[in-house]
Amino acid sequence: MGELRLMKGNEALAEAIIRAGADGYFGYPITPQSEVIEYLTAEKPQERTGMVVLQAESEVASINMLYGGGATGKKVVTSSSSPGISLMQEGLSYIAGAEIPVLVVNVVRGGPGLGDIQPAQSDYFQSTKGGGHGDYRLIVLAPSSVQEMSDFVPVAFDLAFKYRNPVMILSDGAIGQMMEKVELFDTIPRLTDEEVKERYPWATNGKPKGGERRIITSLDLDPAKMEEHNRHLQEKYRKIEENEVRYEEFQCDDAEYILVAYGSSARIAQKAIQLLREKGVKVGLLRLITLWPFPYKRIEELAAKGVKGFLAVEMSAGQMVEDVQLAVNGKVKVAHFGRLGGIVHSPEEVVEALEQKIIGE
Amino acid sequence: MTEEIIIAGFGGQGVLSMGKILAYSGIMQDQEVSWMPSYGPEMRGGTANVTVILSDERISSPILRAYDTAIILNQQSMDKFEDAVKPGGTLLYDPNGISRHPKRTDINIYRVEAAKKAAEMGNIKIFNMIVLGAYLNIKPIVKMENVIKGLKKSLPERHHKLIPLNEDAINVGMKSVETVSTTV
Repeated sequence: MGELRLMKGNEALAEAIIRAGADGYFGYPITPQSEVIEYLTAEKPQERTGMVVLQAESEVASINMLYGGGATGKKVVTSSSSPGISLMQEGLSYIAGAEIPVLVVNVVRGGPGLGDIQPAQSDYFQSTKGGGHGDYRLIVLAPSSVQEMSDFVPVAFDLAFKYRNPVMILSDGAIGQMMEKVELFDTIPRLTDEEVKERYPWATNGKPKGGERRIITSLDLDPAKMEEHNRHLQEKYRKIEENEVRYEEFQCDDAEYILVAYGSSARIAQKAIQLLREKGVKVGLLRLITLWPFPYKRIEELAAKGVKGFLAVEMSAGQMVEDVQLAVNGKVKVAHFGRLGGIVHSPEEVVEALEQKIIGE
Repeated sequence: MTEEIIIAGFGGQGVLSMGKILAYSGIMQDQEVSWMPSYGPEMRGGTANVTVILSDERISSPILRAYDTAIILNQQSMDKFEDAVKPGGTLLYDPNGISRHPKRTDINIYRVEAAKKAAEMGNIKIFNMIVLGAYLNIKPIVKMENVIKGLKKSLPERHHKLIPLNEDAINVGMKSVETVSTTV
């Protein structure tokens, strides 16, 4: 068993970044995720693993530092919260277009605009449907515990390099700020420059003797080539959709109703299920681990096998619910419940919403 | 066993650190724990509260509206959380600064003069440990040896010399708790 600690989600994430063998963290502080850069700076990873920690002058700078670092085959990561992530969207589009593996963490707060600093889940559209321009996708992982804030970091890096694609960990203020028991994984050594050259023949880390010059860019002014590049990206996305859908089911076997949720809402939904089961309501939870790719197929199966209704529980005005509706395709009732602007719903409110919006009608 | 607790008072009373020590004590005896603070601009000099859950099972929601126990350390928190105690649950408070005392008859109510005792011991910083002692007397959900281990984990090494003082404060709290009213 690894080392047990009581940590905030943000701290667990920061420690996991060091242990995952990251080469560089570039970030700019913003509540509710400032503990990430605070922890990294205090921990001096340059002495532990040789990892670089740099406070950039802005979020625009940090995402472009990721573009540069990732292009050389290094494991690079940034974190921010909603307004800062909005500033990064141009960079993310470029990174996706240039197929650079990077990790971006969003500890979501209430919006729109500067909003507030309380937990929210209203960046789902931005994360899963592309907040920047062009046809691109991020692989999006949604941790629902402090343990997963740690565990998902190496998973995210693996996915990023496997597909040469930016990966986002979409967390929220509640998961970032709360403390839980976390079992830390053992440190994965950073790759040496030789290992990077061997593993990533695309990386721009110097022209090999007699080899081709490597170019990483998202630009090609020849539309035919750009269409070809887009087709290649789409093929890659289809492969990701086929292989990387992740979710967890909780008491779904006999469920007549299913709550669909991720992140802190999934934890609240679990408590709601406990309260509903005590009342004799057969209800289960489908917890999304990847938000993109989305488990359309599994939801379709559940709808086909006799589930009477789905309630999407998310701290937004109804974003993920659209994907649930697409999957269910009108076969059974789908409704949405969520508090807005940084208010976290209570388990009791979720119980009431299921009773009123799904069971009652 | 699952114990869902809200600890609420002023920022600076040691509400968050008391929750952290309790959570660490839980880890020391192999329990699942969660510690969810209220955070935000309202904390600076204002009210602070933290939800702590200790359980033998995986913890579902870290955010709750009803609690097994409320530990209340100022009037605003009394106004906010008295009604949030589950029927049959427990309310522990320090009467110092409380003008409206709890009225419910379907819960168990206890009080501890923690601020007064801390002043008598000559160190107001151990106020929160007196409150913790009072709580652990009512609900011995973690063993004293694990609380000490939890303290060691929570406090930086340079403060470990203060552990005996904290232990004394916990013992004072255990002896000072008074029953106001119970449901049985």
